Amino acid sequence: MTTEAIHDSHEHDDHHDHKMTGIKRWLYTTNHKDIGTLYLWFAFIMLLVGGALAMGIRAELFQPGLQLMEPDFFNQLTTVHGLIMVFGAIMPAFTGFANWMIPMMIGAPDMALPRMNNWSFWILPFAFAILLSSFFMDSGAPNFGWTFYAPLSSTYSNGSTAFFVFAVHIMGVSSIMGAINVIVTIMNMRAPGMTYMKMPLFVWTFFITAYLLIAVMPVLAGVVTMLLTDTYFGTSFFDAAGGGDPVMFQHIFWFFGHPEVYIMILPAFGIVSTIIPAFARKRLFGYSSMVYATASIAFLSFIVWAHHMFTTGMPLFGELFFMYCTMLIAVPTGVKVFNWVATMWRGSMSFEVPMLFSIAFVILFTIGGFSGLMLAMTPIDFQYHDTYFVVAHFHYVLVTGSLFSIFAGTYYWLPKWTGNMYSDKLSKAHFWCSLISVNLLFFPMHFLGLAGMPRRIPDYALQFADFNMWVSIGGFAFGLSQLIFLAVVIKCIKGGEKAEAKPWDGAEGLEWTVPSPAPYHTFETPPKID
Amino acid sequence: MSIEQQPTPENNKVNTANTVKKLVLVVFAMFGFGFALVPLYDVFCDITGLNGKTSTTAANVNEAGIDESRTITVQFISRTAKGIPWQFEPMVNEIKVHPGEMKLVKFYAKNESPNAIVGQAVPSVSPGQAAVYFQKIECFCFNSQPLKAQEDVEMALQFYVDTELPEEVTTITLSYTLYDITSSVET
Repeated sequence: MTTEAIHDSHEHDDHHDHKMTGIKRWLYTTNHKDIGTLYLWFAFIMLLVGGALAMGIRAELFQPGLQLMEPDFFNQLTTVHGLIMVFGAIMPAFTGFANWMIPMMIGAPDMALPRMNNWSFWILPFAFAILLSSFFMDSGAPNFGWTFYAPLSSTYSNGSTAFFVFAVHIMGVSSIMGAINVIVTIMNMRAPGMTYMKMPLFVWTFFITAYLLIAVMPVLAGVVTMLLTDTYFGTSFFDAAGGGDPVMFQHIFWFFGHPEVYIMILPAFGIVSTIIPAFARKRLFGYSSMVYATASIAFLSFIVWAHHMFTTGMPLFGELFFMYCTMLIAVPTGVKVFNWVATMWRGSMSFEVPMLFSIAFVILFTIGGFSGLMLAMTPIDFQYHDTYFVVAHFHYVLVTGSLFSIFAGTYYWLPKWTGNMYSDKLSKAHFWCSLISVNLLFFPMHFLGLAGMPRRIPDYALQFADFNMWVSIGGFAFGLSQLIFLAVVIKCIKGGEKAEAKPWDGAEGLEWTVPSPAPYHTFETPPKID
Repeated sequence: MSIEQQPTPENNKVNTANTVKKLVLVVFAMFGFGFALVPLYDVFCDITGLNGKTSTTAANVNEAGIDESRTITVQFISRTAKGIPWQFEPMVNEIKVHPGEMKLVKFYAKNESPNAIVGQAVPSVSPGQAAVYFQKIECFCFNSQPLKAQEDVEMALQFYVDTELPEEVTTITLSYTLYDITSSVET
């Protein structure tokens, strides 16, 4: 496969890009840049779909009482919102970055397995078509939460379990193929002289993420398969009546689920570690400690899963073990935050939009990290469990963490992708609107949670009314702000000031040595790295 | 391929194939590991008694004697799972026993539906650490219980608490959940 890809690119190199035209170009493409673009657009569409569901949730919660929908439909919204954002928006967006940037960053002509690459993207739309089609069935969409705890998703399911399970199977296959492709590419296709410890940090973080993916996505596939046979074929993995155990579901699910949250944040660390040195005009502080910190976070992520289940009646020893292990993760994460701040310290900083999003990432992700530490403490978790405090926590790490890093990365590499500079004014408007609205959206949720408002409930007590109104206003504003982002990107693709090969004077890396926009084929002959 | 070596299409292809094989193996191993967690979980819980599951087979009669210096409160609670129209409750809610002492208690069940139903009671002990010390000589939970329409039955539980029960446990709660297993018995 690889050989053919290389031969192909050599032959075509002399003439022109030799793309197919129209839809066929995108359906048949094995080019890592095309596939990266597909992933990124798909992720953005899913962000809007998942965002629209979130708007429904916030509209219902705008006032106390039931105004717009039945509680069951509300549950469907929260469930599918979670699934879409995790598996449809964040993960494909990072895979898109990996496809676009990793070959260019390590000086490789393409991904190692270009045809599998095509396949792993093109099965994704089918997975989400299956998932979303369940909204139009009599039974309705999955309503058991994105964590699909048994027996909610088996005995008490509304009949959507099969759709859910097959959609997750396909998403899992796609992620696993993507991960295998990344690992094989990084291990075998680095340019001569590109040693492991010279790789850009984004390559490192995604390398480790890919290992997490191939370790836990099969476990997810296993647990949804057990759920499927429990629901439709009479097995009793999680059914107490037949000798199974519903608590075991939570153990297996979170054995996947906790590494999954690092799958969604490690690439973000890589993007931010690339951008901050570029705009602080200093080398990244503590490169090797960043690599080791990433690896330790990945390792620790496998032994902390039960901190999601403190209230299931664990023995004291278990609670202590998982509490201490969880708090231990704050150490390598603290190393990272320290290194980002130390990189900015006494740098000649400038505040272009990628840098603005990166600084916001460092501050707001740290807030999310701190609320995570609070949740890690077992006795405190008993109070916070399943309240809006948890919702605030994971939205701070996933929205102002992962999503902000995706915006930062897009603004950083958009000139390389399109060959044009984007509008400074519009993109800054996007940043400030997002920053203000996202905090209005998620910060009050901390207080709602501390005051005892439970999550996943369509109604609430009257004393929560004012905060919820503000949260909803923040939510609508944040949703609308993303349309500015769409406008920036479309304007930039259509035209604008031509970008130089290296539009950011502090940027480093092989991707800036090729012209902007990046030619269809790059690095057919490996670059020399000193 | 060593890092300094110029990558050629040939050695690249071999390396790629080797790496892919290893990674695919990892994927299948992890898929298997997901299922291996099921028996592992049961074994782990069996050894530690963590999830409050009691033994599903009858215990031998106590031969260790009775420890009259301690008195344990044993509470009985019952609930019916969704969809089984039975009345199901313990006939005594609470008794006091000395460790080692044998006791017989009865539970009452009545099928209030117009159909024959097979019920299965599943026990759970709290605190979980007491589960392995709760010895049942005879229990209705060892077998399923068929009841015709409007039929009722008194079901026996004969048990003792092991003298090895840790000092700090003074109250044991035994909870039964009754499930409708008619459909799985028929098939």
